Amino acid sequence: MIPLAAYVAVSAILFLTGLLGVLIRRNFIIVLMSVEIMLNAANINLVAFSHYLESMAGQLVALFIIAIAAGEAAVGLAIIIVVFRGKLSTNVDEMNLLKW
Amino acid sequence: MSDLTDLLIKLIPVFPLLAVIANGLFGSRYSHEIAHRLAWGSVALSFLCVIGVFADVLRTGVSHEVVAYQWIFGGDLTINLAYLVDPLTCVWLLVVTGVGFLIHVYSVGYMHGEEGFTRFFTYMNLFMVSMLLLVMGNNYVVLFIGWEGVGLCSYLLIGYYYDKVSAAKAASKAFVVNRIGDAGFLLAIFLVFINFKTLDYTKVMAQVSQLSPEMATAIALCLLIGAVGKSAQLPLYTWLPDAMEGPTPVSALIHAATMVTAGVYMIVRNHAIFDLSPIAMEIVAVVGGCTALFAATIGLVQTDIKRVLAYSTVSQLGYMFLGCGIGAYTAAVFHVMTHAFFKALLFLSAGSVIHALSGEQDIRKMGGLSKKIPWTYRLFLIGTVAIAGLPPLAGFWSKDEIMGHAFVNHHYLYYTMAAVGAFLTSFYMFRLTYLTFYGPSRMDHHTEEHVHESSMVMVGPLMALGVLSVLGGLILGFPPEHGWLHGFLAPVAAVAGEHEASAALVLPLMGVATGIALLGWGLAHFLYSASPATADSWSTRFSGAYTTLLNKYYVDELYDVLFVEPTKRLGEWLDWFDRTVIDGLVRGVAQLADWGSAGSTWIEKYVVYAGLNVIGLGNHLAARQGRKLQSGMVHHYAALIIAGLFLLALVVQIIIQL
Repeated sequence: MIPLAAYVAVSAILFLTGLLGVLIRRNFIIVLMSVEIMLNAANINLVAFSHYLESMAGQLVALFIIAIAAGEAAVGLAIIIVVFRGKLSTNVDEMNLLKW
Repeated sequence: MSDLTDLLIKLIPVFPLLAVIANGLFGSRYSHEIAHRLAWGSVALSFLCVIGVFADVLRTGVSHEVVAYQWIFGGDLTINLAYLVDPLTCVWLLVVTGVGFLIHVYSVGYMHGEEGFTRFFTYMNLFMVSMLLLVMGNNYVVLFIGWEGVGLCSYLLIGYYYDKVSAAKAASKAFVVNRIGDAGFLLAIFLVFINFKTLDYTKVMAQVSQLSPEMATAIALCLLIGAVGKSAQLPLYTWLPDAMEGPTPVSALIHAATMVTAGVYMIVRNHAIFDLSPIAMEIVAVVGGCTALFAATIGLVQTDIKRVLAYSTVSQLGYMFLGCGIGAYTAAVFHVMTHAFFKALLFLSAGSVIHALSGEQDIRKMGGLSKKIPWTYRLFLIGTVAIAGLPPLAGFWSKDEIMGHAFVNHHYLYYTMAAVGAFLTSFYMFRLTYLTFYGPSRMDHHTEEHVHESSMVMVGPLMALGVLSVLGGLILGFPPEHGWLHGFLAPVAAVAGEHEASAALVLPLMGVATGIALLGWGLAHFLYSASPATADSWSTRFSGAYTTLLNKYYVDELYDVLFVEPTKRLGEWLDWFDRTVIDGLVRGVAQLADWGSAGSTWIEKYVVYAGLNVIGLGNHLAARQGRKLQSGMVHHYAALIIAGLFLLALVVQIIIQL
């Protein structure tokens, strides 16, 4: 029997990996993939607690998150394509219009 | 029948009012022909209504009280727009609408081609409305409204030629002098209300005997002040001669036949109050007698045809007041009627003369007109004989009655005054006739060429008035003291304890009066026809008296010095006071505020703004640093969000542990 802590630890490692990917990597597509990793870390957490608490609600929410992640990936890729058409690049450092 | 009469009474003032509204508001949209037809037509309709009402009053002998409109009611005070038509009112209604109608018709010819033709008739009709309200009102307030209304119309019509300075000044003078009288009248109304708690004539007269003699004197004197102003008696007569600046029909209607007799109407209407106060009666008689004499002497030497007639009017009004003062109310009313006939006739004939001479009013530039304008001449002569008091024309009967009354009731002083006045009247009127119509022509060539008889529309009314001047006295007042008018007025104007002239006295008194009139005629004939040189030599021999009379006893100058100039100086001083002291205060306050605001501007600029600028600068510098946070890069923002998240988790952790 694998203890709950192991699941939570894996989830935390995955989440930090995704977080670091979002913060450090410069390629928009990789940033997007890192976001997916973070979502999946949350999913692992939800399923683990669902099992631990013997409640199906957590697994249902995990299913929702998978659906939302699919939608998010579609929208994110569409934005990347639009931006790429304008800038001919996917480097997030060049996308700095969101300021004063 | 009574309902019909009531309706007719209500309608009397309505017709002229409608004409005023039509001509006043829309007069410029239609021709003069329509305007003047509306004007005299409305007066004619009123006259017909008056005839109907008069017939009813004559037949039944009942006076009517009609409430046309409930106006003010609350507490003790009830004032209605209500009419009282009794024999006294009937007399005035007949004169006002009858003579008024003739003068309106005459005006159509006289005012033909004048600028403001419609305006003239609007004012005339407004005058008719006011005058009708004045004589028909059943309480003092309606009387006062009419009183002020006729004053207003008098002002408007005297100042009809408003671009003429003298006319504008005369109008203001008439208005201001009348204000003095009106103030007295108002006081009288207040006193009446305080004492009787009502302003209706019938209710006041019913309880008039409760009045203390002192209060009766006070009310009577206040009323007298009002009457003196309106009827141009001493000492407030000065406005009437100046009022001749207005067009001649105005002088005839307002300043001879109707408005100026309003004072007499008021006294007769309130004679119950006057009867309670012998002192007030005495004062009325003295005022009347002195005015009759005083104005007649001024009339002796005046050279303006209308001014002679104006002074004559003042003098004749004096007779009416004298009549009131000695209790001969019926005689006074009788004289009002006959005077309305012959003075309107004289004024309108004078207007016809002026019209013929293209506006000339100076009798020194007339003469020899009897052949050229024969109808005007004949009618003027009738007027002259009537006013001079030769039997059997109208003026004789009424004037003789006042004089007879004075004699029989032992007022010998008043009788003498009236007799001398009658002599002077006869003299100056025949003087006027001789200078105007006889002797050599003194016109300049140009005027003489254009002399022409007036048109039928002017001569027609003159003839009607001429007939009235000849027969009016006989119809109304013959036999003396027992004529038709005396019987008709007996319910409203009879006074107990009157002495009647015995038959033995009547004829000698008449003889004396006729003799006096003939004497005046004779003197005038001598001085202005038979031996004109004597007139000149007399005027040089008595030059002091002559110039005094010519200058109207310097009364205007005296009033100027006593009242007008001090008032002007007071006004100038007040103007100075206003400009320097009051305005100075205001400007001082403004100056202080100005300095204050300059100071606060400085403080604002160099203290408040400085402080604000320091804060602003601080913010600016802080913001310059702070905006570096906003790199625009998503991952910077994300890092901050994560940091915030951790910080939040830390805070929650700490709070939980607490």
